[in-house]
Amino acid sequence: MRDISLPKLIATHAALMSACMIVLYPVLWVIKMALTPSQGFSMDPSPIPTQVSLHNFIHLFTMQEGIFFRQLGNSVIISVVTTLFGVILACTAAYAFSRFRFPGRSLGMAGFLITQMFPGVVMAIPLYLLLDEVGLLNSLTGLVLVYSTSSLPFCVWMLKGYFDTIPRELEEAAVMDGASQWVIFTKIVLPLARPAIVVTALFSFMTAWNEYILAATFLTDRQKFTLPMVLQSFVGDHATDWGYFAAGAIIVSLPVMALFFLLQKFLVGGLTAGAVKG
Amino acid sequence: MSSLERQLVCARRCLTWWAFGLIYFWSMGAASAEPITLWHAYRGAEARVIEQIAAQWSKENPADAVTVQPFAPNVYASKLSNDIPRDNGPDVFIAAHERAGDWSQTGLLRALTQSEVAWHKLHPTTIEAVTFEAKRWGIPLSYKSVALFYNTDLITTPPRTTDELIALAKTHTDAASNRYGLAYEVANFYMHAGWLFGFGGEIFDAQGGFVLSSPESARSYAFARALVEEHRVVPEEANGQLVSHLFNTRQAAMVINGPWFLGEIPADLAFAIAPLPSVSETGQPAKPFLTVEAAYVSARSAHPQVALRFANYLASPDIARQRALSGRQPVATLAVYELEQVKRDAVLMSFRAQLDASVPMPNRPAMSSVWEPANRALRRVLRGAATPEVALIEARDLFEVFQRPPPKPRSMAPLGVGLMMMFLAMGFVGVVRFRREQLWPKIKANRHAYLYLAPAVVGMLVLIVAPFVVGSIVSLFVHTQGSFTFVGLENFWRILTSQDYSLGDPLSFYFTLAVTVAWTAINVVLHVSIGMALALLLREPWLKLRGIYRVLLIVPWAVPNYITALIWKGMFHKQFGAINGLLGWLGLEPVSWFSQFSTAFAANVTTNTWLGFPFMMVVILGALQAIPRDLEEAAEVDGASWWQRLRHITFPLLRPALVPAVVLGTVWTFNMFNIIYLVSGGEPDGATEILISESYKWAFERQNQYGYAAAYSVLIFLVLLSYSALTGQLRTRD
Repeated sequence: MRDISLPKLIATHAALMSACMIVLYPVLWVIKMALTPSQGFSMDPSPIPTQVSLHNFIHLFTMQEGIFFRQLGNSVIISVVTTLFGVILACTAAYAFSRFRFPGRSLGMAGFLITQMFPGVVMAIPLYLLLDEVGLLNSLTGLVLVYSTSSLPFCVWMLKGYFDTIPRELEEAAVMDGASQWVIFTKIVLPLARPAIVVTALFSFMTAWNEYILAATFLTDRQKFTLPMVLQSFVGDHATDWGYFAAGAIIVSLPVMALFFLLQKFLVGGLTAGAVKG
Repeated sequence: MSSLERQLVCARRCLTWWAFGLIYFWSMGAASAEPITLWHAYRGAEARVIEQIAAQWSKENPADAVTVQPFAPNVYASKLSNDIPRDNGPDVFIAAHERAGDWSQTGLLRALTQSEVAWHKLHPTTIEAVTFEAKRWGIPLSYKSVALFYNTDLITTPPRTTDELIALAKTHTDAASNRYGLAYEVANFYMHAGWLFGFGGEIFDAQGGFVLSSPESARSYAFARALVEEHRVVPEEANGQLVSHLFNTRQAAMVINGPWFLGEIPADLAFAIAPLPSVSETGQPAKPFLTVEAAYVSARSAHPQVALRFANYLASPDIARQRALSGRQPVATLAVYELEQVKRDAVLMSFRAQLDASVPMPNRPAMSSVWEPANRALRRVLRGAATPEVALIEARDLFEVFQRPPPKPRSMAPLGVGLMMMFLAMGFVGVVRFRREQLWPKIKANRHAYLYLAPAVVGMLVLIVAPFVVGSIVSLFVHTQGSFTFVGLENFWRILTSQDYSLGDPLSFYFTLAVTVAWTAINVVLHVSIGMALALLLREPWLKLRGIYRVLLIVPWAVPNYITALIWKGMFHKQFGAINGLLGWLGLEPVSWFSQFSTAFAANVTTNTWLGFPFMMVVILGALQAIPRDLEEAAEVDGASWWQRLRHITFPLLRPALVPAVVLGTVWTFNMFNIIYLVSGGEPDGATEILISESYKWAFERQNQYGYAAAYSVLIFLVLLSYSALTGQLRTRD
């Protein structure tokens, strides 16, 4: 371990702390509005709450006989399944792009990228018609399918780039030992790619967790609504219930932060460093 | 009994029960009619009351029970126009009347005859609102308009004329301590309409011609500017949030606001409501826009008679009384205002008084093309960028652009032939390549790869490529009131030759494209450099509290950006924002952020940088793990400087993971609609719009010109495609 000079240590902490302050300053208003029982938008210069009350949270939890928990459940199910499904699809596809030289490879890679250039505004109605035809319109399954594919291109490119950095020598050694293609993929490549898988999983989760427009276009039954739709229901044409909205926004962001907190040791843990260096 | 026999008996019993069950459920289904559905977009007390009323109806009419489905207001209209034609819609729905014309033309509504509804029990102005082309399309339930709210601790008698209003407001204005006599959303045409009609201005003449550019309207625009600039009794840049905030903190003695504001006023604030004052110049009362919420029977309802009965039930006096007293709704049913309990209700009676001096918002489809020109003119006048007369002429020109006649229909044959030839040529080239390069053996050798790839590719083709192709085809059509006409490449021609605007106009394609490119480049550079700097700091193993920093720094990504973007917008407010507060503390002049292009653009970029860097930080943190630290340490031992190590070791090794993040970050930022819409809203004069927000406006705010919007989207796609093709990002590097 190298010695870290004190000035450098102080400078680093100072830089990170000021970054955190800039990041958190606007968020303090969200917290203030969530804790203030009125529904106004706080335009005070100070972000420190003058009243503290859990009224907004209690309203969220008790409105319409606790439908909030059901809608929270919908969001969790959709996001978790989307993440699992999306990451599995992305891992297999990225592995193919990274390890095989097959006809159509570069076309396929370009194709994944190109799909991200389609502006969503023209796709909502055709997707609506498609899901309506196959009977998945007002269903969570339909949403999961759409979300998984919409985060795929990033995940595939990200994972392919990471797979490329994993030395092939490890796999070649495994082939010598008689391991099958599938064993190599699941037992060697995937564990080594953990940081990239964490990034793609987080990304897929966020895509599904925060999406609103498509969910609102496809779903008509409030028992199936997702959390972002609940938040938007507090936004009126002329006035918004900011207290409820802010409380909801905090509840929506907590699982994401918890997830990130749990996953970050895989992201930066350096678990794999030894194996890669070989 | 042998075990086999036992099983058989058991199976038979199961089968019998199952059959019984089936018959039972089948008969149940036959006996009770399926419930009808009611859709609404109410919130708060109104939503609770409508649920109670529906439950009450279902109890009284068990055979025709009603299920209630609420929606968020901002998706409600598109939900109705998607779902009703595909038979996924409601039987009855409650909505504001302003789209009744559009909906009747697109076949969503069932017209109501003279005898089907007790019309004489409803206020005539509300009936006028739901009438379009001599037919009545909905049953008026309630109405909304703005009125004058005043703080009774400060003001005892509300002003009756605008001269009184200004004099009274002046005594309650003290700019030094941010106190104002009057606050309202001065730059919002909806709020301005009261003055417009009070001065004798109009939007449409009887034939539907656009007559907003009259001298009377110009006088009303000049009046709005005088309130802010000359009399200084109204705060600048007041949006809805600021107006509520000022009134609730007793910094505004009077505000112009609607019944939706009632729920936001704190319980300990004493206030009263009065009709808007008369305009002193004309002696006419200021007449605000009236929005009527009506119950409509869907044209596709399977039970139109039940639906009609239920809609009438909602308007019946007894139910209307409940809506008025528990839901705090100003109802359209006249009998309610005869009740003693309602007569004593000052709030309801004030809105009832305002109803007699109000103008129903025009329900003709062309109204949707009025908002943008009228608002833009208002903002230009308030900013002093144009005189009222000039601004209103510009508004008329813009309205005419939005209303331009559709191009002539074209034959589809040339396009069909062209496409067929293209497919044939592509097929031919494919076959030739396949033969020449002997692809079959290579394909066979790599069949594992195709297996790995298949699920993802199939998903992409079905759920992304196919919808996009279908959506793009719309760009060859023109959409008017529910019908599509094929016009070939006319939409593209119009956009690319900038037929509607001069090249330098902020709304021209090329201006918007330049803004979009600048927006994308600046954002991506900031996202990557800030993300990289933080990631490099956060990976140091000697750093304590790394985990905490990392979690705190992703907060902007985790919190829904709808609310944080609006908080940023509030921080950029000229008088009340934290950023000008900081500048003042440093001894600098306050900046009016949204009145110039450069500062409005900077505000957008700041907000989006704040929102976007955590993603890049996380990606780079992950990618840094692939770089062996000993490589850098060795370089350091060899005397390489910090920058040399970064430049020659870290950057090249980060490349594989960074390239997709940067390329896709570019694409996403290019289409980052939310921030523009929420922060600058395109101000000033649409100059900070980007291509995707233009596309959105054509689709949803300028009379649903879906074909034109789709053409914008296809152009966005082509721009991005050629950008990445030119920079070689589509080629696969190994």
